[in-house]
Amino acid sequence: MHTLTASGVAIDDTFAEAFNMRATALVITAPSLRWAVQAATTMTGFATSVIACGCEAGVDRLLSPRETPDGRPGVRVLMFAVSTAELQKQLQNRVGQCVLTSPGSACYAGLGAGEEKLKLGAAIRFFGDGWQIAKKLGVRRYWRVPVMDGEFVCESTTFMTKSAVGGGNLLIMGSSAGKTLAATEAAVKAMRNVRDVIMPFPGGIVRSGSKVGSKYKGASASTNDAYCPTLKGAVESALGAEIASVLEIVIDGLTSAAVAEAMRAGLAAIAKLGPERGALRVGAGNYGGKLGKHHYHLKDLLP
Amino acid sequence: MKPMTFALRAAPTQRLDLARLTPHHLVGKSVAEIERIELGTTRRRVKVGEVFRFRPGEASQIVIEGGSTRFDRVGMGMTAGALVVEGEVGVQAGRALAGGSLTIQGGAGPFAASGMKGGTLEIEGCAGERLGGPLSGETIGMSGGLVHVRGDAGPRAGDRLRRGMILIEGRAGAYAGSRMIAGTLAIGGEAGDLPGYLMGRGTILLGRGATLFSPTFGDCGEHDLVAARLLADYVAKVSVKLARLFRRPLRRLAGDLAALGKGEILLPKL
Repeated sequence: MHTLTASGVAIDDTFAEAFNMRATALVITAPSLRWAVQAATTMTGFATSVIACGCEAGVDRLLSPRETPDGRPGVRVLMFAVSTAELQKQLQNRVGQCVLTSPGSACYAGLGAGEEKLKLGAAIRFFGDGWQIAKKLGVRRYWRVPVMDGEFVCESTTFMTKSAVGGGNLLIMGSSAGKTLAATEAAVKAMRNVRDVIMPFPGGIVRSGSKVGSKYKGASASTNDAYCPTLKGAVESALGAEIASVLEIVIDGLTSAAVAEAMRAGLAAIAKLGPERGALRVGAGNYGGKLGKHHYHLKDLLP
Repeated sequence: MKPMTFALRAAPTQRLDLARLTPHHLVGKSVAEIERIELGTTRRRVKVGEVFRFRPGEASQIVIEGGSTRFDRVGMGMTAGALVVEGEVGVQAGRALAGGSLTIQGGAGPFAASGMKGGTLEIEGCAGERLGGPLSGETIGMSGGLVHVRGDAGPRAGDRLRRGMILIEGRAGAYAGSRMIAGTLAIGGEAGDLPGYLMGRGTILLGRGATLFSPTFGDCGEHDLVAARLLADYVAKVSVKLARLFRRPLRRLAGDLAALGKGEILLPKL
Protein backbone atom coordinates (compact mmCIF):
# COMPACT_ATOMS: atom_id res chain seq x y z
CA MET A 1 0.00 0.00 0.00
CA HIS A 2 3.01 2.34 0.59
CA THR A 3 3.08 3.86 -2.82
CA LEU A 4 3.76 7.44 -1.77
CA THR A 5 6.38 9.23 0.25
CA ALA A 6 6.70 12.73 1.62
CA SER A 7 10.22 13.76 2.69
CA GLY A 8 11.03 10.11 3.29
CA VAL A 9 7.86 9.34 5.25
CA ALA A 10 5.75 6.60 3.69
CA ILE A 11 2.18 7.66 3.03
CA ASP A 12 -0.44 4.95 2.64
CA ASP A 13 -2.55 5.23 -0.47
CA THR A 14 -5.72 5.23 1.58
CA PHE A 15 -8.31 7.62 2.94
CA ALA A 16 -9.91 8.79 6.17
CA GLU A 17 -13.64 8.23 6.32
CA ALA A 18 -15.68 10.84 8.20
CA PHE A 19 -19.32 11.48 9.02
CA ASN A 20 -21.76 14.35 9.09
CA MET A 21 -22.35 15.73 12.58
CA ARG A 22 -24.29 18.47 14.28
CA ALA A 23 -22.07 21.19 15.72
CA THR A 24 -22.13 24.51 17.46
CA ALA A 25 -19.58 27.01 18.69
CA LEU A 26 -19.34 29.16 21.80
CA VAL A 27 -17.24 32.09 22.87
CA ILE A 28 -16.34 32.00 26.55
CA THR A 29 -14.83 35.13 28.10
CA ALA A 30 -13.45 35.93 31.52
CA PRO A 31 -11.53 38.71 33.31
CA SER A 32 -8.27 37.01 32.27
CA LEU A 33 -7.26 34.55 29.57
CA ARG A 34 -6.34 32.09 32.31
CA TRP A 35 -9.91 31.94 33.58
CA ALA A 36 -11.41 31.85 30.08
CA VAL A 37 -9.18 28.85 29.30
CA GLN A 38 -10.11 27.29 32.64
CA ALA A 39 -13.83 27.53 31.91
CA ALA A 40 -13.34 26.18 28.39
CA THR A 41 -11.12 23.33 29.58
CA THR A 42 -13.63 22.32 32.23
CA MET A 43 -16.51 22.50 29.79
CA THR A 44 -14.75 20.36 27.18
CA GLY A 45 -13.57 17.75 29.68
CA PHE A 46 -14.75 14.17 29.12
CA ALA A 47 -15.77 15.06 25.58
CA THR A 48 -13.40 12.89 23.55
CA SER A 49 -15.86 10.67 21.74
CA VAL A 50 -19.58 10.54 21.11
CA ILE A 51 -19.41 6.81 21.85
CA ALA A 52 -19.59 7.44 25.60
CA CYS A 53 -19.30 11.18 26.26
CA GLY A 54 -22.42 12.42 24.48
CA CYS A 55 -20.40 14.90 22.45
CA GLU A 56 -16.95 15.75 21.20
CA ALA A 57 -15.71 19.17 22.23
CA GLY A 58 -12.54 21.17 22.33
CA VAL A 59 -10.93 24.55 22.06
CA ASP A 60 -10.79 25.94 18.53
CA ARG A 61 -8.64 28.95 19.38
CA LEU A 62 -7.86 31.68 21.88
CA LEU A 63 -9.43 35.08 21.27
CA SER A 64 -7.98 38.49 21.97
CA PRO A 65 -10.17 41.09 23.71
CA ARG A 66 -10.77 42.70 20.30
CA GLU A 67 -12.40 39.52 19.03
CA THR A 68 -14.92 39.00 21.84
CA PRO A 69 -18.32 40.65 22.34
CA ASP A 70 -17.45 42.09 25.76
CA GLY A 71 -13.87 43.13 25.09
CA ARG A 72 -12.35 40.59 27.48
CA PRO A 73 -10.00 37.69 26.69
CA GLY A 74 -11.83 34.65 25.41
CA VAL A 75 -11.78 31.16 24.00
CA ARG A 76 -13.78 29.69 21.13
CA VAL A 77 -15.10 26.23 21.85
CA LEU A 78 -16.58 23.79 19.34
CA MET A 79 -19.05 21.02 20.24
CA PHE A 80 -20.09 18.12 18.03
CA ALA A 81 -22.82 15.52 18.52
CA VAL A 82 -24.75 13.01 16.46
CA SER A 83 -28.19 14.57 16.98
CA THR A 84 -29.69 17.98 17.63
CA ALA A 85 -31.31 16.78 20.86
CA GLU A 86 -28.05 15.39 22.22
CA LEU A 87 -26.14 18.53 21.26
CA GLN A 88 -28.74 20.67 23.03
CA LYS A 89 -28.55 18.48 26.13
CA GLN A 90 -24.76 18.51 26.25
CA LEU A 91 -24.63 22.25 25.64
CA GLN A 92 -27.05 23.02 28.43
CA ASN A 93 -25.40 20.67 30.93
CA ARG A 94 -21.85 21.68 30.18
CA VAL A 95 -22.45 25.44 30.11
CA GLY A 96 -24.61 25.16 33.22
CA GLN A 97 -22.13 23.12 35.22
CA CYS A 98 -18.79 24.34 33.89
CA VAL A 99 -19.11 27.88 32.50
CA LEU A 100 -21.81 29.38 34.73
CA THR A 101 -19.77 28.16 37.71
CA SER A 102 -16.43 29.56 36.59
CA PRO A 103 -15.40 32.92 38.15
CA GLY A 104 -16.12 35.98 36.04
CA SER A 105 -17.21 34.02 32.99
CA ALA A 106 -19.60 35.03 30.23
CA CYS A 107 -20.78 32.94 27.30
CA TYR A 108 -21.78 33.94 23.77
CA ALA A 109 -22.79 32.33 20.49
CA GLY A 110 -19.73 31.36 18.48
CA LEU A 111 -21.51 30.68 15.20
CA GLY A 112 -23.07 33.60 13.34
CA ALA A 113 -25.34 31.45 11.18
CA GLY A 114 -26.65 27.92 10.91
CA GLU A 115 -29.65 25.78 10.06
CA GLU A 116 -31.14 25.87 13.56
CA LYS A 117 -30.79 27.63 16.88
CA LEU A 118 -29.92 25.98 20.17
CA LYS A 119 -30.89 27.33 23.56
CA LEU A 120 -27.97 28.75 25.50
CA GLY A 121 -28.88 31.43 28.04
CA ALA A 122 -32.53 30.70 27.30
CA ALA A 123 -32.05 27.46 29.23
CA ILE A 124 -29.51 28.58 31.84
CA ARG A 125 -31.48 31.71 32.82
CA PHE A 126 -33.78 29.79 35.15
CA PHE A 127 -30.88 29.55 37.59
CA GLY A 128 -31.64 33.21 38.25
CA ASP A 129 -34.82 32.23 40.11
CA GLY A 130 -36.74 35.16 38.69
CA TRP A 131 -33.95 37.74 39.09
CA GLN A 132 -32.57 37.11 35.61
CA ILE A 133 -32.73 40.05 33.21
CA ALA A 134 -32.95 39.90 29.41
CA LYS A 135 -31.24 42.57 27.36
CA LYS A 136 -31.76 42.71 23.61
CA LEU A 137 -29.18 44.70 21.67
CA GLY A 138 -29.92 44.77 17.95
CA VAL A 139 -30.61 41.20 16.93
CA ARG A 140 -28.73 39.64 19.85
CA ARG A 141 -30.45 38.82 23.11
CA TYR A 142 -28.51 38.29 26.32
CA TRP A 143 -29.46 37.00 29.73
CA ARG A 144 -27.99 38.45 32.91
CA VAL A 145 -28.15 35.94 35.73
CA PRO A 146 -27.19 37.17 39.20
CA VAL A 147 -24.44 35.02 40.75
CA MET A 148 -22.25 35.38 43.80
CA ASP A 149 -19.41 37.25 42.06
CA GLY A 150 -21.71 39.55 40.07
CA GLU A 151 -23.61 38.53 36.97
CA PHE A 152 -23.30 35.66 34.51
CA VAL A 153 -23.98 37.08 31.05
CA CYS A 154 -25.05 34.48 28.51
CA GLU A 155 -26.37 34.96 24.99
CA SER A 156 -29.87 33.57 24.62
CA THR A 157 -29.21 31.22 21.70
CA THR A 158 -26.45 29.98 19.48
CA PHE A 159 -26.61 28.58 15.98
CA MET A 160 -26.12 24.94 15.02
CA THR A 161 -24.75 23.64 11.74
CA LYS A 162 -25.71 20.31 10.21
CA SER A 163 -22.79 20.49 7.80
CA ALA A 164 -20.12 19.68 10.37
CA VAL A 165 -17.82 16.70 9.90
CA GLY A 166 -16.55 14.31 12.55
CA GLY A 167 -13.95 11.61 12.23
CA GLY A 168 -11.22 12.95 9.99
CA ASN A 169 -8.08 11.13 11.09
CA LEU A 170 -4.44 10.31 10.63
CA LEU A 171 -2.62 7.18 11.87
CA ILE A 172 0.99 8.02 12.65
CA MET A 173 3.40 5.09 12.79
CA GLY A 174 7.00 5.12 13.98
CA SER A 175 9.94 3.01 15.00
CA SER A 176 9.60 3.95 18.67
CA ALA A 177 6.99 5.38 21.01
CA GLY A 178 9.09 8.52 21.47
CA LYS A 179 9.52 9.29 17.77
CA THR A 180 5.90 8.51 17.03
CA LEU A 181 4.76 10.84 19.79
CA ALA A 182 7.11 13.58 18.56
CA ALA A 183 5.68 13.36 15.04
CA THR A 184 2.11 13.32 16.30
CA GLU A 185 2.69 16.28 18.61
CA ALA A 186 4.16 18.23 15.70
CA ALA A 187 1.09 17.41 13.61
CA VAL A 188 -1.33 18.47 16.36
CA LYS A 189 0.56 21.72 16.86
CA ALA A 190 0.24 22.52 13.15
CA MET A 191 -3.42 21.53 13.08
CA ARG A 192 -4.23 23.86 15.95
CA ASN A 193 -3.45 26.78 13.66
CA VAL A 194 -6.33 25.72 11.41
CA ARG A 195 -9.62 27.41 12.29
CA ASP A 196 -12.94 25.65 12.83
CA VAL A 197 -11.46 22.30 13.86
CA ILE A 198 -10.81 20.48 17.10
CA MET A 199 -8.84 17.37 17.97
CA PRO A 200 -11.02 16.10 20.85
CA PHE A 201 -8.75 13.45 22.40
CA PRO A 202 -6.20 14.13 25.17
CA GLY A 203 -3.74 16.69 23.85
CA GLY A 204 -5.28 16.04 20.44
CA ILE A 205 -3.98 12.45 20.37
CA VAL A 206 -5.61 9.04 20.79
CA ARG A 207 -3.49 5.95 21.40
CA SER A 208 -6.39 3.50 21.59
CA GLY A 209 -7.77 3.55 18.08
CA SER A 210 -10.79 1.30 17.77
CA LYS A 211 -12.44 -0.98 15.27
CA VAL A 212 -16.17 -1.49 15.00
CA GLY A 213 -17.54 -4.41 17.05
CA SER A 214 -16.15 -6.77 19.65
CA LYS A 215 -16.10 -10.42 20.58
CA TYR A 216 -17.92 -9.38 23.74
CA LYS A 217 -21.65 -8.81 23.67
CA GLY A 218 -22.65 -5.22 24.32
CA ALA A 219 -19.36 -3.59 23.32
CA SER A 220 -19.79 -1.53 20.15
CA ALA A 221 -16.08 -0.92 19.65
CA SER A 222 -12.86 -2.62 20.61
CA THR A 223 -9.11 -2.24 20.16
CA ASN A 224 -7.86 -1.88 16.60
CA ASP A 225 -5.77 -5.07 16.75
CA ALA A 226 -4.46 -4.65 13.21
CA TYR A 227 -2.59 -1.55 14.40
CA CYS A 228 -1.43 -2.88 17.82
CA PRO A 229 2.33 -3.43 17.58
CA THR A 230 2.35 -6.03 20.35
CA LEU A 231 0.00 -8.23 18.30
CA LYS A 232 1.97 -8.04 15.05
CA GLY A 233 2.77 -11.72 15.08
CA ALA A 234 -0.59 -12.88 16.35
CA VAL A 235 -3.18 -11.19 14.11
CA GLU A 236 -3.54 -10.06 10.52
CA SER A 237 -1.52 -6.95 11.23
CA ALA A 238 -1.37 -3.74 9.20
CA LEU A 239 2.10 -3.06 10.59
CA GLY A 240 5.48 -3.97 9.19
CA ALA A 241 8.40 -5.15 11.27
CA GLU A 242 9.80 -1.60 11.47
CA ILE A 243 6.73 -0.15 13.26
CA ALA A 244 6.77 -0.20 17.06
CA SER A 245 4.16 2.41 17.94
CA VAL A 246 1.00 3.93 16.40
CA LEU A 247 -0.89 7.05 17.44
CA GLU A 248 -4.02 8.57 15.92
CA ILE A 249 -5.29 12.11 15.55
CA VAL A 250 -9.06 12.49 15.19
CA ILE A 251 -10.32 15.74 13.67
CA ASP A 252 -13.81 17.27 13.90
CA GLY A 253 -14.53 20.38 11.86
CA LEU A 254 -17.35 22.79 11.23
CA THR A 255 -16.86 22.17 7.50
CA SER A 256 -15.37 19.44 5.38
CA ALA A 257 -12.87 21.93 3.99
CA ALA A 258 -11.62 22.72 7.50
CA VAL A 259 -11.05 19.01 8.23
CA ALA A 260 -9.13 18.59 4.97
CA GLU A 261 -7.06 21.67 5.74
CA ALA A 262 -6.18 20.34 9.19
CA MET A 263 -5.14 16.96 7.77
CA ARG A 264 -3.03 18.73 5.16
CA ALA A 265 -1.32 20.79 7.88
CA GLY A 266 -0.70 17.66 9.98
CA LEU A 267 0.80 15.73 7.09
CA ALA A 268 3.08 18.65 6.24
CA ALA A 269 4.34 18.85 9.83
CA ILE A 270 5.03 15.10 9.94
CA ALA A 271 6.88 15.25 6.64
CA LYS A 272 8.88 18.24 7.79
CA LEU A 273 10.06 16.39 10.90
CA GLY A 274 11.11 13.46 8.71
CA PRO A 275 11.57 9.73 9.40
CA GLU A 276 14.79 10.08 11.39
CA ARG A 277 13.23 12.12 14.17
CA GLY A 278 9.56 11.31 13.66
CA ALA A 279 7.22 8.95 11.85
CA LEU A 280 8.14 6.28 9.31
CA ARG A 281 4.65 5.96 7.92
CA VAL A 282 1.23 7.67 7.94
CA GLY A 283 -2.10 6.00 7.30
CA ALA A 284 -5.75 6.75 7.89
CA GLY A 285 -8.75 4.88 9.24
CA ASN A 286 -11.82 4.01 7.21
CA TYR A 287 -14.67 1.52 7.04
CA GLY A 288 -14.32 0.64 3.40
CA GLY A 289 -15.90 3.88 2.30
CA LYS A 290 -19.48 2.74 2.72
CA LEU A 291 -20.40 4.35 6.04
CA GLY A 292 -19.05 7.89 5.96
CA LYS A 293 -20.01 10.54 3.43
CA HIS A 294 -16.65 12.28 3.56
CA HIS A 295 -13.48 10.65 2.23
CA TYR A 296 -10.10 12.35 2.65
CA HIS A 297 -7.49 10.67 0.46
CA LEU A 298 -4.01 11.20 1.83
CA LYS A 299 -2.52 11.46 -1.66
CA ASP A 300 -4.64 14.57 -2.25
CA LEU A 301 -3.43 16.21 0.95
CA LEU A 302 0.31 15.77 0.61
CA PRO A 303 2.51 18.83 1.00
CA MET B 1 -29.41 58.49 -6.36
CA LYS B 2 -31.46 61.69 -6.16
CA PRO B 3 -33.80 61.91 -3.17
CA MET B 4 -37.46 62.84 -3.42
CA THR B 5 -37.62 66.38 -2.06
CA PHE B 6 -40.38 68.47 -0.49
CA ALA B 7 -39.29 72.12 -0.08
CA LEU B 8 -41.49 74.15 2.25
CA ARG B 9 -43.02 77.16 0.44
CA ALA B 10 -44.16 79.11 3.54
CA ALA B 11 -45.00 78.53 7.18
CA PRO B 12 -48.13 76.34 7.28
CA THR B 13 -51.39 78.00 8.29
CA GLN B 14 -52.70 74.92 10.07
CA ARG B 15 -51.33 71.72 11.62
CA LEU B 16 -50.35 69.28 8.87
CA ASP B 17 -50.47 65.50 8.98
CA LEU B 18 -47.36 64.30 7.12
CA ALA B 19 -47.98 60.61 7.79
CA ARG B 20 -48.43 59.93 4.08
CA LEU B 21 -45.06 61.34 3.08
CA THR B 22 -43.22 58.11 3.71
CA PRO B 23 -41.48 55.78 1.23
CA HIS B 24 -44.11 53.06 1.31
CA HIS B 25 -46.89 55.57 0.58
CA LEU B 26 -45.04 57.42 -2.17
CA VAL B 27 -43.38 54.65 -4.13
CA GLY B 28 -44.88 54.21 -7.60
CA LYS B 29 -46.92 57.44 -7.46
CA SER B 30 -46.73 60.08 -10.18
CA VAL B 31 -45.83 63.72 -9.51
CA ALA B 32 -49.46 64.73 -9.94
CA GLU B 33 -50.65 62.06 -7.54
CA ILE B 34 -48.13 63.11 -4.91
CA GLU B 35 -48.96 66.80 -5.24
CA ARG B 36 -52.64 65.97 -4.69
CA ILE B 37 -52.06 64.19 -1.36
CA GLU B 38 -54.14 65.82 1.38
CA LEU B 39 -52.18 67.04 4.40
CA GLY B 40 -54.72 69.27 6.12
CA THR B 41 -56.19 68.67 9.53
CA THR B 42 -58.95 71.32 9.48
CA ARG B 43 -61.99 71.98 7.35
CA ARG B 44 -59.77 73.81 4.87
CA ARG B 45 -58.15 71.31 2.55
CA VAL B 46 -54.42 71.52 1.98
CA LYS B 47 -52.52 69.51 -0.58
CA VAL B 48 -48.83 68.69 -0.91
CA GLY B 49 -48.43 70.95 -3.93
CA GLU B 50 -49.70 73.97 -1.98
CA VAL B 51 -47.34 73.48 0.95
CA PHE B 52 -44.24 72.13 -0.74
CA ARG B 53 -42.32 72.57 -3.96
CA PHE B 54 -42.01 68.92 -4.95
CA ARG B 55 -38.95 67.58 -6.73
CA PRO B 56 -39.23 63.95 -7.88
CA GLY B 57 -36.57 61.43 -6.92
CA GLU B 58 -36.03 58.06 -5.30
CA ALA B 59 -38.99 57.34 -2.99
CA SER B 60 -36.78 55.43 -0.55
CA GLN B 61 -34.82 58.64 0.15
CA ILE B 62 -37.06 61.54 1.15
CA VAL B 63 -35.96 64.99 2.21
CA ILE B 64 -38.26 67.64 3.64
CA GLU B 65 -36.55 71.00 3.28
CA GLY B 66 -37.67 73.31 6.07
CA GLY B 67 -39.42 72.40 9.27
CA SER B 68 -42.33 73.53 11.40
CA THR B 69 -43.78 72.68 14.79
CA ARG B 70 -46.98 72.12 12.80
CA PHE B 71 -45.52 69.10 10.96
CA ASP B 72 -47.25 66.24 12.77
CA ARG B 73 -46.77 62.46 12.49
CA VAL B 74 -43.68 62.75 10.32
CA GLY B 75 -42.44 59.32 9.24
CA MET B 76 -45.40 57.54 10.76
CA GLY B 77 -45.33 53.79 10.21
CA MET B 78 -42.24 53.90 8.01
CA THR B 79 -40.93 50.41 7.30
CA ALA B 80 -37.80 51.11 5.26
CA GLY B 81 -35.80 53.83 3.57
CA ALA B 82 -34.66 57.18 4.91
CA LEU B 83 -36.55 60.35 5.68
CA VAL B 84 -34.78 63.56 6.66
CA VAL B 85 -36.50 66.70 7.90
CA GLU B 86 -34.26 69.74 7.65
CA GLY B 87 -35.89 71.54 10.56
CA GLU B 88 -38.21 71.02 13.49
CA VAL B 89 -41.35 68.91 13.65
CA GLY B 90 -44.55 68.71 15.70
CA VAL B 91 -46.19 65.88 17.57
CA GLN B 92 -45.73 62.15 17.10
CA ALA B 93 -42.67 62.18 14.85
CA GLY B 94 -41.76 58.58 14.10
CA ARG B 95 -45.07 57.33 15.47
CA ALA B 96 -45.19 53.50 15.00
CA LEU B 97 -41.91 53.60 13.09
CA ALA B 98 -41.11 50.02 12.11
CA GLY B 99 -37.95 50.27 10.01
CA GLY B 100 -35.63 52.56 8.12
CA SER B 101 -34.25 55.80 9.48
CA LEU B 102 -35.93 59.07 10.34
CA THR B 103 -33.75 62.10 11.00
CA ILE B 104 -35.10 65.34 12.43
CA GLN B 105 -32.48 68.05 12.12
CA GLY B 106 -34.30 70.25 14.64
CA GLY B 107 -36.43 69.63 17.68
CA ALA B 108 -39.46 67.34 17.95
CA GLY B 109 -42.74 67.82 19.81
CA PRO B 110 -44.47 65.49 22.26
CA PHE B 111 -44.87 61.77 21.69
CA ALA B 112 -41.96 61.37 19.27
CA ALA B 113 -41.26 57.65 18.69
CA SER B 114 -44.61 56.79 20.26
CA GLY B 115 -45.40 53.14 19.58
CA MET B 116 -42.16 52.74 17.65
CA LYS B 117 -41.33 49.12 16.79
CA GLY B 118 -38.06 49.25 14.87
CA GLY B 119 -35.69 51.36 12.81
CA THR B 120 -33.88 54.45 14.05
CA LEU B 121 -35.08 57.92 14.95
CA GLU B 122 -32.53 60.66 15.37
CA ILE B 123 -33.55 64.03 16.79
CA GLU B 124 -30.74 66.53 16.53
CA GLY B 125 -32.50 69.08 18.73
CA CYS B 126 -34.64 68.47 21.79
CA ALA B 127 -37.62 66.14 22.19
CA GLY B 128 -40.92 67.01 23.84
CA GLU B 129 -42.70 65.15 26.57
CA ARG B 130 -43.43 61.42 26.57
CA LEU B 131 -40.71 60.47 24.11
CA GLY B 132 -41.51 56.91 22.99
CA GLY B 133 -44.57 56.86 25.20
CA PRO B 134 -48.00 55.39 24.51
CA LEU B 135 -50.96 57.45 23.39
CA SER B 136 -54.10 57.51 25.50
CA GLY B 137 -55.63 54.05 25.76
CA GLU B 138 -52.48 52.20 24.75
CA THR B 139 -50.81 49.86 27.21
CA ILE B 140 -47.24 49.90 25.91
CA GLY B 141 -44.94 52.56 24.55
CA MET B 142 -42.01 51.99 22.26
CA SER B 143 -41.38 48.29 21.60
CA GLY B 144 -38.24 48.27 19.47
CA GLY B 145 -35.68 50.28 17.56
CA LEU B 146 -33.28 53.02 18.54
CA VAL B 147 -34.03 56.65 19.39
CA HIS B 148 -31.18 59.13 19.68
CA VAL B 149 -31.84 62.64 20.97
CA ARG B 150 -28.85 64.97 20.84
CA GLY B 151 -30.50 67.60 23.02
CA ASP B 152 -32.80 67.35 26.03
CA ALA B 153 -36.05 65.46 26.44
CA GLY B 154 -39.23 66.51 28.20
CA PRO B 155 -41.02 64.78 31.07
CA ARG B 156 -41.82 61.06 31.04
CA ALA B 157 -39.27 60.10 28.39
CA GLY B 158 -39.52 56.35 27.84
CA ASP B 159 -42.92 56.03 29.49
CA ARG B 160 -44.08 52.37 29.28
CA LEU B 161 -40.99 51.48 27.23
CA ARG B 162 -41.31 47.80 26.29
CA ARG B 163 -38.17 47.09 24.24
CA GLY B 164 -35.51 48.97 22.30
CA MET B 165 -33.23 51.78 23.30
CA ILE B 166 -33.66 55.52 23.91
CA LEU B 167 -30.50 57.61 24.12
CA ILE B 168 -30.72 61.21 25.33
CA GLU B 169 -27.45 63.11 25.27
CA GLY B 170 -28.77 66.01 27.32
CA ARG B 171 -31.09 66.26 30.29
CA ALA B 172 -34.51 64.71 30.79
CA GLY B 173 -37.62 65.97 32.56
CA ALA B 174 -39.42 64.45 35.51
CA TYR B 175 -40.47 60.80 35.62
CA ALA B 176 -37.95 59.61 33.01
CA GLY B 177 -38.58 55.92 32.32
CA SER B 178 -41.86 55.98 34.21
CA ARG B 179 -43.75 52.69 34.19
CA MET B 180 -41.02 51.08 32.06
CA ILE B 181 -41.80 47.49 31.14
CA ALA B 182 -38.29 46.71 29.84
CA GLY B 183 -35.72 48.13 27.41
CA THR B 184 -32.95 50.66 27.92
CA LEU B 185 -33.06 54.42 28.52
CA ALA B 186 -29.79 56.35 28.81
CA ILE B 187 -29.63 60.01 29.79
CA GLY B 188 -26.32 61.84 29.58
CA GLY B 189 -27.31 64.84 31.69
CA GLU B 190 -29.33 65.22 34.84
CA ALA B 191 -32.83 63.77 35.03
CA GLY B 192 -35.75 65.47 36.75
CA ASP B 193 -37.61 64.16 39.75
CA LEU B 194 -38.36 60.48 40.29
CA PRO B 195 -36.72 58.66 37.37
CA GLY B 196 -37.96 55.09 36.92
CA TYR B 197 -41.23 55.86 38.67
CA LEU B 198 -43.10 52.52 38.95
CA MET B 199 -40.81 50.79 36.46
CA GLY B 200 -41.13 47.00 36.38
CA ARG B 201 -38.03 45.95 34.44
CA GLY B 202 -35.47 47.59 32.20
CA THR B 203 -32.36 49.72 32.55
CA ILE B 204 -32.05 53.47 33.06
CA LEU B 205 -28.60 55.04 32.98
CA LEU B 206 -28.35 58.53 34.48
CA GLY B 207 -25.09 60.28 33.59
CA ARG B 208 -25.59 63.08 36.10
CA GLY B 209 -28.10 61.60 38.50
CA ALA B 210 -31.51 63.12 39.15
CA THR B 211 -32.95 66.06 41.05
CA LEU B 212 -34.88 63.64 43.29
CA PHE B 213 -34.77 59.86 43.61
CA SER B 214 -37.67 57.74 44.74
CA PRO B 215 -37.08 56.03 48.10
CA THR B 216 -38.49 52.88 46.51
CA PHE B 217 -35.18 52.02 44.81
CA GLY B 218 -32.71 49.81 46.70
CA ASP B 219 -28.99 50.57 46.55
CA CYS B 220 -27.15 47.45 45.34
CA GLY B 221 -23.68 49.00 45.42
CA GLU B 222 -21.06 49.67 42.77
CA HIS B 223 -20.22 47.05 40.13
CA ASP B 224 -18.22 46.39 36.98
CA LEU B 225 -20.97 44.78 34.91
CA VAL B 226 -20.17 42.67 31.85
CA ALA B 227 -23.60 43.57 30.48
CA ALA B 228 -22.62 47.25 30.63
CA ARG B 229 -19.67 46.49 28.34
CA LEU B 230 -22.09 45.04 25.78
CA LEU B 231 -24.32 48.08 26.15
CA ALA B 232 -21.34 50.41 25.77
CA ASP B 233 -20.26 48.77 22.51
CA TYR B 234 -23.79 48.96 21.15
CA VAL B 235 -24.31 52.58 22.20
CA ALA B 236 -20.89 53.63 20.87
CA LYS B 237 -22.21 53.25 17.32
CA VAL B 238 -24.31 56.38 17.83
CA SER B 239 -23.06 58.14 20.97
CA VAL B 240 -19.48 58.00 22.19
CA LYS B 241 -20.41 60.23 25.14
CA LEU B 242 -23.06 57.84 26.48
CA ALA B 243 -20.89 54.79 25.71
CA ARG B 244 -18.19 56.21 27.99
CA LEU B 245 -20.70 56.40 30.84
CA PHE B 246 -21.53 52.70 30.49
CA ARG B 247 -17.82 51.86 30.75
CA ARG B 248 -17.43 53.46 34.19
CA PRO B 249 -18.00 51.60 37.47
CA LEU B 250 -21.77 51.66 37.94
CA ARG B 251 -23.80 52.03 41.12
CA ARG B 252 -26.91 49.94 40.75
CA LEU B 253 -30.26 50.95 42.21
CA ALA B 254 -32.87 48.17 41.97
CA GLY B 255 -36.50 49.10 41.59
CA ASP B 256 -39.08 50.38 41.48
CA LEU B 257 -39.77 48.27 44.55
CA ALA B 258 -43.23 49.85 44.72
CA ALA B 259 -43.93 47.94 41.49
CA LEU B 260 -42.37 44.71 40.15
CA GLY B 261 -38.93 45.91 41.22
CA LYS B 262 -36.83 44.09 38.64
CA GLY B 263 -35.60 47.19 36.88
CA GLU B 264 -32.44 49.14 37.56
CA ILE B 265 -31.04 52.64 37.57
CA LEU B 266 -27.32 52.74 36.82
CA LEU B 267 -25.27 55.66 38.10
CA PRO B 268 -21.76 55.98 36.64
CA LYS B 269 -18.98 56.88 39.03
CA LEU B 270 -17.73 60.25 37.82
